[in-house]
Amino acid sequence: MRVGLFVTCLVDLFRPTIGFAAVKLLEEAGCEVEVPSAQTCCGQPAYNSGDKGDAKDIARSVIETFEPFDFVVAPSGSCAGMIKTHYIELFADEPRWAQRSHDLARRTYELVSFLVDVCGLDAVDARYPGSVTYHDSCSGLRELHVKSQPRRLLASVRDLTLTELPGAEICCGFGGTFCIKYPEISTRMVADKVKDIQATGAGTLLAGDLGCLLNMAGRLRREGCDVKARHVAEVLAGMSDAPAIGDPTVSKLTS
Amino acid sequence: MQATSRNFKKNVHAAINDATLQRAMTKLGFQAARAAAVSRLPEFDKLRDQARDIKNHVLENLDLYLERYEAEMTRRGGQLHWCRTADEARAAVLEICRRLDAKIVTKGKSMVGEEIGINEFLEANGIAPVETDLGEYIIQLRHEPPSHIIAPAVHLTKDQVADAFLENHRQYGKTRRLEEAADLLAEAREILREKFIAADVGITGANFLIAETGSSVIVTNEGNGDLTQNLTKAHIVLATPEKLVPTLEDATTILRLLARSATGQEMSVYTTFSTGPRRGEDLDGPGEYHVILVDNGRTALLGTEFQDILRCIRCAACINHCPVYNTIGGHAYGWVYPGPIGSVLTPALIGIDEAGDLPNASTLCGRCESVCPMRIPLPKMLRHWREKEFEKGLAPKPFRTGLKLWAWFAKRPRLYHFGSRMAMKLLGILGRGRGSFRHLPLARGWTGGRDMPAPEGPTFQSLWAAERKSGRT
Amino acid sequence: MSEARDQILDGVRRALKRQAGDDVRKASVDGRISQHRRNLVPKRALLDHGAQIGLFVDMAEKAAATTARVAHYADIPDAVIDYLKRFNLPHKIKLAPDPALTGLSWTARPLLKIETGIAAPGDSASVTPAFAGIAETGTLMLLSGPTAPTTLNFLPENHIVVLTESRVVGPFEDAWDRARTAQRDGAWPRTVNFITGPSRSADIEQQLQMGAHGPRRLHIILVAEDGDGQGKG
Repeated sequence: MRVGLFVTCLVDLFRPTIGFAAVKLLEEAGCEVEVPSAQTCCGQPAYNSGDKGDAKDIARSVIETFEPFDFVVAPSGSCAGMIKTHYIELFADEPRWAQRSHDLARRTYELVSFLVDVCGLDAVDARYPGSVTYHDSCSGLRELHVKSQPRRLLASVRDLTLTELPGAEICCGFGGTFCIKYPEISTRMVADKVKDIQATGAGTLLAGDLGCLLNMAGRLRREGCDVKARHVAEVLAGMSDAPAIGDPTVSKLTS
Repeated sequence: MQATSRNFKKNVHAAINDATLQRAMTKLGFQAARAAAVSRLPEFDKLRDQARDIKNHVLENLDLYLERYEAEMTRRGGQLHWCRTADEARAAVLEICRRLDAKIVTKGKSMVGEEIGINEFLEANGIAPVETDLGEYIIQLRHEPPSHIIAPAVHLTKDQVADAFLENHRQYGKTRRLEEAADLLAEAREILREKFIAADVGITGANFLIAETGSSVIVTNEGNGDLTQNLTKAHIVLATPEKLVPTLEDATTILRLLARSATGQEMSVYTTFSTGPRRGEDLDGPGEYHVILVDNGRTALLGTEFQDILRCIRCAACINHCPVYNTIGGHAYGWVYPGPIGSVLTPALIGIDEAGDLPNASTLCGRCESVCPMRIPLPKMLRHWREKEFEKGLAPKPFRTGLKLWAWFAKRPRLYHFGSRMAMKLLGILGRGRGSFRHLPLARGWTGGRDMPAPEGPTFQSLWAAERKSGRT
Repeated sequence: MSEARDQILDGVRRALKRQAGDDVRKASVDGRISQHRRNLVPKRALLDHGAQIGLFVDMAEKAAATTARVAHYADIPDAVIDYLKRFNLPHKIKLAPDPALTGLSWTARPLLKIETGIAAPGDSASVTPAFAGIAETGTLMLLSGPTAPTTLNFLPENHIVVLTESRVVGPFEDAWDRARTAQRDGAWPRTVNFITGPSRSADIEQQLQMGAHGPRRLHIILVAEDGDGQGKG
């Protein structure tokens, strides 16, 4: 299976570790992975801001870039959801592009649900000692029905205990441009989320979307809370020795 | 009702810093109640599909259903008043009240009544409207609008209610400040009973209008709507065209969803179908039955990308499950309808210029759509409003510029990768000691409330390209 | 007014791209109404009649109504007195002017004061018939009429309802069918009340309390005998 990895702009810019974890998991599941360099973004920021023109331009180039692959996989429910459910809406009045969107949508998946639902994976070979809790990012959950799959794979990680997050399905307050436009509301939402995270007593927070993770990790750091935030792919791929999100990448001792 | 949606951000600031409001909001149990009720009805999801289809069918044939409804209700002694605007509706109500020399008018809860400001209008014309739904009564005493469409006083604590009663019930000889909720309820019951009996005209809303029989339907837990309509010379119903359903069976189907979605009850205590005035041989009931059919901008949504919002049955499930509503409460939205329904409907009814913030103050998390009994695609319609605002150039300039700039880069991969490599390398170096930034110029909205985690440094694309170059398979 | 009517209807037709006077569409709408087909009926109350009665009692009690079962109509006066005693209520009732109720031997219980007619403020308890009982949700269906004034359902502090077991149905749809059959020339009563438990409100800090404006208590006396002389309606 030839998989085109849709890296996502946030992973590309902020945390390549997640991209490499995704590649590792996909290759170990038997996929041949390529990362087209022509990709930048799925167009969601433009789409959610009402800028259909730019969203369409970006979507067309995503479709052209990724059409040749058997599958398109993204380590993000939000980006995968954009391609899988919203491109068709974008091109509702352009039949040819609508058709191409539809074809691509059928082959587009969020990473963990792809591993479980398409590759048939039900366990990974990884170890992560400690307790973790899991936040269900909104797009992955509601647009792509990603819920049981990450839990299934996490259950196979050695020495890991999963404590369910109360309100796991409640939005963390990121919402793309929302957190910049309505910072007061967003800050309160993420503060509430951090309260729930702390209440679990877990040492690590996991999720499938880097946007949510940057938001939650940022608040955890601001509150001086030492819960580690990682993308679920890092743990599943056994690549959890990288510093957690928001943690120093350089030891103060060695600089 | 006067809108303050323009001041959304100020409203939000006040709401988030209002400790009393925040405390009151912690008492809400609607989410758990709905989930429990849904789990007890295996057919719930199928019923949602059917309810959606019923309403879509009505909307597609609204002209015919309106005509049929009119025929059925008038042949059973009702009087239908077609009103295009709030002005016409208010005038129609006033004409009836004047003709009957009404001094006191009791009211059941009506959101369209709020829309058209019927209370202020009646007061200005020397008629005293008395809200009888307990929540509405409380906020009427406090001279404030409802903050929720089915639980109007949900933003208040018991103490605030006690204060309002103490201040306003002296005129009835009540001088003791009450502590217990039961005592507060008992006092309200006693006082409002007098009003029910003294009232000349009773006004209710309508959850449904039934074409088959020309009936209007109200749904309450208190019974105030029934006392309002049965003890007076006239029963006036404030209704809007999209409340129509074809038959009693169709109403029953949607009623199976309404209370469960709203409060988690199997059925509200009182569901009442009213058809015309009292009959010749009846011993009680209103002598006249009027339905004020107010359009006020609704039929203008037909045939547009907002048509689906007309399926709304005002259950408030979307409001109850919205994380933004649960953070800021209902008043912040600035008009009659809060939460997701409010964010779609308010711009439609009072204009996107006035209510521009509302469709944007959402993460599009989709929880609203997931609980809407009528399967209304709320996030899609919020996005439609954003598209309209973008077309009209209504978004704030810095955002539009920032977005355009980012999009320009995103369409040029080589420039994008080059530029992002530079920026992330710099941020990575600056941030690696601490791991995150407490302050970032141009990102004050973010760093006001949380740190910004530093990027790892090199971008994925640059690392991947380097790996390929070095011969990795 | 009719200018407003025309404008609204024209606006609707324009928006929907429909023509006025479309007989085919009108026939389909009229047909849908006259057929009044049932939509999906939940399985819950599709039981045999005995089980429906059991479900009705169960659901009504879950909604905070109280229930009692008697064999004959003649047992009703004693059942009413029992109820008033149980809650320490005054021994006076306002009775609906329904022959099936007024014809009972109330006078044999002189300590119970009876008045017949519509409700008055200060009425402590009313006794009314019910047209049907809907097992699906433990809901009473009451139709207004000369023998069933609606104010008796709302003004008194306590509402006692007499429900013949044969009038218990499973789903709401069965109740509507019976109600339709009971109407003459599609007349429909002024009021159809569906009542599920006593009046309540949670408007004060989400604390649920009984007796908001309607009756504080709802008591349902189920009568096995089909003695109300009105048949199945």
